[in-house]
Amino acid sequence: MSEAKKFSDPLIEQLDQVKARVAQVLELAKSLGADGAEVAMSRQQGLSVGTRLGEVENVEFTNDGALGITVYQQGRKGSASTADLSEKALVQAVEAAVNIAKYTSVDDCSGLADKALLAMQPINLDLYHPKELSTEQAIDIAKECEQSALDSDSRITNSDGASLDCFSGFKVYGNSNGQLVGYPSSRHSLSCMVIAGSDDEMQRDYAYDVNRDFTLLNSGISIGKKAAREAISRLNPQKIATQKVPVLFRADIANTLWGHFIAAISGGNLYRKSSFLLDAIGKEVFPDFLTIQERPHIKKALASSAFDSEGVLTQDRDIIIDGVLQTYLLTSYSARKLGLTSTAHAGGIHNWLVKDENSHAKGDVNADFDTMLKTLGTGLLVTELMGQGVNVVNGDYSRGAAGFWVENGELAYPVSEITIAGNLTQMFKGIIAVGSDIDKHGSIRTGSILIDEMQVAGH
Amino acid sequence: MNNVEQTLLADSHIDDAILSKTLNSMMGRQVNFADLYFQSSQHESWMLEDGIVKEGSYNMERGVGVRAISGEKTGFAYSDDISPLALQQAADAAKGIADSGNGTQVQAFKRQSPIKIYQTVEPLGSLTQEQKIDLLHQVETHARQVDSRVSQVIVSLSGVHEKILVAASDGSYGTDIRPLVRLNCSVLVEENGKRERASAGGGARTDYSYFFESECNATGQEKARYLTYAEEAVRQALVNLVAVDAPAGTFPIVLGAGWPGVLLHEAVGHGLEGDFNRKGSSAFSGKIGQQVASTLCTIVDDGTMENRRGSVNIDDEGTPGQYNVLIEKGILKGYMQDKHNAELMGVKPTGNGRRESYAHLPMPRMTNTYMLAGESSPEDIIKSVKKGIYAPNFAGGQVDITSGKFVFTSSEAYLIENGEITTPIKGATLIGSGPEAMKKVSMVGNDLKLDAGVGVCGKDGQSVPVGVGQPTLKIDEMTIGGTQ
Repeated sequence: MSEAKKFSDPLIEQLDQVKARVAQVLELAKSLGADGAEVAMSRQQGLSVGTRLGEVENVEFTNDGALGITVYQQGRKGSASTADLSEKALVQAVEAAVNIAKYTSVDDCSGLADKALLAMQPINLDLYHPKELSTEQAIDIAKECEQSALDSDSRITNSDGASLDCFSGFKVYGNSNGQLVGYPSSRHSLSCMVIAGSDDEMQRDYAYDVNRDFTLLNSGISIGKKAAREAISRLNPQKIATQKVPVLFRADIANTLWGHFIAAISGGNLYRKSSFLLDAIGKEVFPDFLTIQERPHIKKALASSAFDSEGVLTQDRDIIIDGVLQTYLLTSYSARKLGLTSTAHAGGIHNWLVKDENSHAKGDVNADFDTMLKTLGTGLLVTELMGQGVNVVNGDYSRGAAGFWVENGELAYPVSEITIAGNLTQMFKGIIAVGSDIDKHGSIRTGSILIDEMQVAGH
Repeated sequence: MNNVEQTLLADSHIDDAILSKTLNSMMGRQVNFADLYFQSSQHESWMLEDGIVKEGSYNMERGVGVRAISGEKTGFAYSDDISPLALQQAADAAKGIADSGNGTQVQAFKRQSPIKIYQTVEPLGSLTQEQKIDLLHQVETHARQVDSRVSQVIVSLSGVHEKILVAASDGSYGTDIRPLVRLNCSVLVEENGKRERASAGGGARTDYSYFFESECNATGQEKARYLTYAEEAVRQALVNLVAVDAPAGTFPIVLGAGWPGVLLHEAVGHGLEGDFNRKGSSAFSGKIGQQVASTLCTIVDDGTMENRRGSVNIDDEGTPGQYNVLIEKGILKGYMQDKHNAELMGVKPTGNGRRESYAHLPMPRMTNTYMLAGESSPEDIIKSVKKGIYAPNFAGGQVDITSGKFVFTSSEAYLIENGEITTPIKGATLIGSGPEAMKKVSMVGNDLKLDAGVGVCGKDGQSVPVGVGQPTLKIDEMTIGGTQ
């Protein structure tokens, strides 16, 4: 993007106005008696188009804004938010927050993040790549994507459509410790969902890509073909017998396991003693070949951020070294409850890289999907999970699943209407290998994960 | 002019003439329907933990959504600024989907006043701030008094006051005031180093006085609702403290009355929403008039239940809430429709056009979905099972409407051995195929019960409040995902 264009970008001009607005709101909170305050304000605009069976289905123009304020008054906290950004509404929100702080209790652990931890001059992470598209251009992209799915195989009989979403916006955060920061960002995604089969045997599946930079999105044709391939591969599934087997979580599903791990080491669950990983720092939670690194400053990445939602500076962190837990994920509040320091995790994690040091050490960078299937040998490949059957308090795990039966390293037939169950403590220790087939769609970059044994329930 | 018209229109200098003009400007094209949806809502929540009120928040939302439909195409734009200018800008964007040409005429507004299913109360002001704080403390105190193994209590209270106004090119014109309250108690119990968490609560479309009304608790005593929530949370957590690993495999399942109706919501409800059936993507598509469940099953979606969480005086397109029979004695009778899908399928809208807010498009959504009572006593149903599972409480569910596969996860369950409820088992996921599971319903109890008013349904990223219910019922065979 040229400098000239940057200066004429109305969104960037708005960002500066909103910074001034946030400063005013902080002043107002102070004048109403707050001894501390923090304000977050965001604005997002975009275009979403959907096509189905070659025709336009939806054209939506997005335009959202919101302001959230938290005030502190002698250890008491009050919050308010508004999606109406008129002057009147902003004043009302500040007054409501101050009023609430009259009734909440004094809490020694509440308050703004420690001043020394704040990101006063955040670095630019190159997250803003707006794309100017006319409605017609957007429709053509979605149509092309869906058409490639419909054309790719006669067993594709119906479609839930394709959609293209392009959003850009900004976030501004300020607090009464003198921090006032903001940055613009963009996010573009293209997805397609189609149906294979007919009547009593229909299967649907989807494919998508998402990127901060529109030009880096996978082509609509490749996304459409992938959606068609996935839907067809699921046709005529069988239910397998109840048994204990090794289970391979495909890379795009594997991140759910890391999601449960994140919940278990999050400060909120730890100080509430609601985690199966209490007092686990310094302990071996995973096999010794497993390493997890957090890298918040990867340029253009989806989960990159220079500061967390409390303004705390993010930094590179080791989460797991040789299978051993190095840190919890803490906000200012949960850190104070545990007598620790914030780790800049208010609002979530920032780009995790999961590595299997075994394959690295051996110079074996080819633990690709096929190799993982061979390592699995005979067992279950899971490609879809359903339901919320995970208990973070004790680690019990029981979820609906679909996937493929694998025999001697080869896909044998699709499987559905089964459950897989175990306990996360044992599942984590029972990881045999992590693939190099890294899924880069989300905030966790992981390959497929092979677990030694889980209980399958079927017929 | 009513209070809603004052807040949403008059205060922003919008009158009938501007509404008509805006709709007219869209219909000048090949648009066959257009509507305007104005909304203003206030929401508050309070949270107590560790014996102190840690959080309180107040949220405001206000805006207008503008939709234009041309055949199967929908154009949509919205604004958080309610003003004549913003309204026209949104309309100009929304109508861009249609080619220019001659559209349908805008009909004169027909102001309707349907029967009120819930009253126009204002929940947020129905208790003073001091009384709200006191209520939180009382729930906590009661939970701790019930059992000394309670080591933590989190109580949350929330209230919503929402005003909406719909004006459409077909002459629909309606306003609604929608109160909604919710109280929840979550506890952690601890014994010999073992911990379990459970929560219970309820809510309704009324004000906070709802929580002080009495109802029967688990042991049949009359008690104020806020006390029964605390007792129920502790009871469930203590059951789970002694629960053993659940079995893995296929068993007969007895589902309790009330909240386990989430089964119907997942196994049948979503698959009967009009949009999926118009597109032919549901496992129930094209099956009207066919046997899709056992003859014992009559399932309805009822938006007209007094003060219920899922009820609507009018839906978000101005259609009054209705009592719709979905399945009668096992035969599929009809789908749930919004205006768009009803028009395309040549049927009438059923009062199921709902949206999360002005910034979201309406879709066919459930209201309160339940199965009518049958003839069996719950005791006889349990007695009929030699070896199986009794599941009176669930955490939630999910469905793939195309393959029909659905899951739901138990939060309280027991083994049934030789016709008796015996050992508690840990939470586990149950999986089945909607059409198959409903055909395997072999006994239906005479004890129809609705849930306590806690349901939230998510679809395409939009959340709306819903209700579920059912009598005790038996499914001859379902797969349960335990570890033994």
